[in-house]
Amino acid sequence: MIEKTYAGICVSCNEEGYLTDLSQWNRQIGTEIAKEEGIEMSDRHWEVVNYIQDQFKKEVPLTIRKIGKSGVVDIKEFYALFPEGPLKKASRISGIPKPVGCI
Amino acid sequence: MKHLLILGAGTSGTMMANHLRREISPEEWAITIVDKEETHYYQPGFLFVPFDIYKPKQVKKSIDKFIPKGVQLVREKIDRIDKDQNLVRLQNGREIAYDILIIATGTDIAPQEIEGMEGDHWHKDVFDFYTYTGSKNLRNKLKDWEGGKLVVHICEMPIKCPVAPLEFAFLADSFFIHKGMRDKVDITFVTPLDGAFTKPTASKELAYLLDEKNIHLVPNFNIERVDGEGKKIHDYGGKEVEYDLLVTVPTNMGDPMIERSGFGDDLNFVPTNKATLQTQVKENIFAIGDATNIPASKAGSVAHFEAEILTENILRYIRGEELKAHFDGHANCFIETGHGKALLIDFNYTHEPVTGSFPLPGVGPLRLLKETHMNHLGKLAFRWIYWNMLIKGKHIPLVSSEMSTAGKNYEEEAETSPTS
Ligand SMILES: Cc1cc2nc3c(=O)[nH]c(=O)nc-3n(C[C@H](O)[C@H](O)[C@H](O)COP(=O)(O)OP(=O)(O)OC[C@H]3O[C@@H](n4cnc5c(N)ncnc54)[C@H](O)[C@@H]3O)c2cc1C
Repeated sequence: MIEKTYAGICVSCNEEGYLTDLSQWNRQIGTEIAKEEGIEMSDRHWEVVNYIQDQFKKEVPLTIRKIGKSGVVDIKEFYALFPEGPLKKASRISGIPKPVGCI
Repeated sequence: MKHLLILGAGTSGTMMANHLRREISPEEWAITIVDKEETHYYQPGFLFVPFDIYKPKQVKKSIDKFIPKGVQLVREKIDRIDKDQNLVRLQNGREIAYDILIIATGTDIAPQEIEGMEGDHWHKDVFDFYTYTGSKNLRNKLKDWEGGKLVVHICEMPIKCPVAPLEFAFLADSFFIHKGMRDKVDITFVTPLDGAFTKPTASKELAYLLDEKNIHLVPNFNIERVDGEGKKIHDYGGKEVEYDLLVTVPTNMGDPMIERSGFGDDLNFVPTNKATLQTQVKENIFAIGDATNIPASKAGSVAHFEAEILTENILRYIRGEELKAHFDGHANCFIETGHGKALLIDFNYTHEPVTGSFPLPGVGPLRLLKETHMNHLGKLAFRWIYWNMLIKGKHIPLVSSEMSTAGKNYEEEAETSPTS
C-alpha cells in the first residue's frame, strides 16, 4: 500500500495508483487523478463517474458493455471521454479498483 | 406433500439433487429436476478435446445416470418462471408448481452478441471451445491446419472458467511444438483486461510464462466486430488484430429463460445474495453456479462449495430458521501450462491467489501458483473426481467449502475487489 496526496488530502493507493478506499475519494481528488491520466473533467465525465461508483457500491462487476447499455453514455462516447483504456482510466478516476480477472 | 423444483441438471443442479435427496424426507418433499439435454457434459474437458488429449466420448455421459432415486427428471425446455404464482412453465405447455425453486441453468456462449461473429466463417476459421460442438470442430480443424496467425481471444468478462482461454494458448504452444510446427504458428492472446494476469501476486509470479512460450499479448481490447472476410477483429478504440484462426470465447450469458421470466441483469444472470445464495427475486427462489450474478468465479469447483452451503440454507429455510451467510467465494482451479505441467490457484472474495502448499499446509502435495507435474496430474484427476464424487454430492476430503489461509504466503492485507 502506498500513500499519495491529492488536493491536499492523503489517500491510500495500490502500486498502480488506484485508491483502495472509496470513502477517501472526493471530486477534487478525482479531478487531480484525471489530470494524471491527461483528462480534463467535464459534466459528462462526472455523470459516468457517478454511474461507475454507484455500480461498484452495488457490487456489480463493470464491463464496457454494461456502461454502453447504462443509458449514461454509449461505448463510442465512453472511449472519447476516457481515450484508450476507458474502463481502467474511468475506474481510477472514480476511486475504485481496476477491473480484474481471477488471477 | 411439498415440492422442491431444480432447474438445470448440469454440475450444480445434479449436485443439489444428490445432496437434498439425502437430507430431506421423501415423505414430506418431492424433488423434481428439469433439463432440456439428454447428455451431461464434463465441460472442463472441452479444453482438452481440440488437442486430442481427451476423445469427445470421454467428456459426456447420460444425464439421468447421476440423478438419484427419488428425484424425478423431466426432460424438457423451461420456458419461464412465474414467480408470483410459484410455478414454472415448460415449453410443451406443462406447468410445475413449487414450494422451493433452485435455479441452476448455468451460462452459455452468445456469439450473436458480437457483430459479424456468426456467419459463413463460424466453425471454419472462427471457433469457440466452450461448447461440445465447438471443441470437436476445432479438433478437426487443428488436425490438418497448416499454421499461421492463431488468435486466442476473450470477448468480455465475466466468462465461466476465466483461466480457460489462457490455458488454451499454453496448450496450443505445447501442441504445435510436439507437432514440430511451432515456427509456423504465431500465437496472440487478446483480452479486454489490462493483462493476462491482473492480480498482484499472480502477475509477479507468472509474468514469465507468456515470454517463455512466445505468446504475444494484446491487452485492453474491447471487441466491436469481427470482419470474417478480412480476417480481422476490431475494437471500439480503433485497434485491429489479424488472424488466420480465431479461437474466441464469446460473451457468456445466462439462459434466455431468465429474461423471459422478467428478472436477471443485462447478461441474464440472476441477482443473488453472494453469501446466502438466496435470490433477490423472491425468498423461496435460490440460485447456484454459473446462473447467479455473484462476484465469484464461474467454475465447477465454486459450484461444489456453494452446493454444501446452499444445502444447509435450504434445510434452514424449510425449518423456518435464519439463513447462514457464509459463502466466501471460495474457488480452487488448476491451470494447465502445457508440457505436462499445471498451476493451482485457491482464492475467495477477499484473498487473491498466492503461493503456498495445498491441501495440507506446508506439505502439499500440490503447490499453489507454481508450475508442477503434480498439479497437472491433479487436473487430470479432476475428471475422475467430477464424475465419481463432485456431481454425486460427495465431500472431497481435506478441501472445505470455506477457504483456508493456512500454508499460504500472504504478503499484505487481503484486498477486496470483486472478481469475474
Ligand atoms: C472450456 C471450459 C473449461 C472449464 N474448466 C473448468 C475447470 O477446470 N474447473 C472448474 O471447476 N470448472 C471449469 N469449467 C466451468 C464449469 O464447467 C462450470 O462452471 C459448471 O459446469 C457450472 O455448473 P452449472 O450447473 O452452474 O451450469 P451447467 O453445468 O452449464 O448446467 C446448466 C444446465 O441447465 C440446463 N438448461 C439451461 N437452460 C435451460 C432451459 N431453458 N431449459 C432446460 N434446461 C436448461 C442446461 O442444459 C445445462 O444442463 C469449465 C468450463 C468450460 C466451458
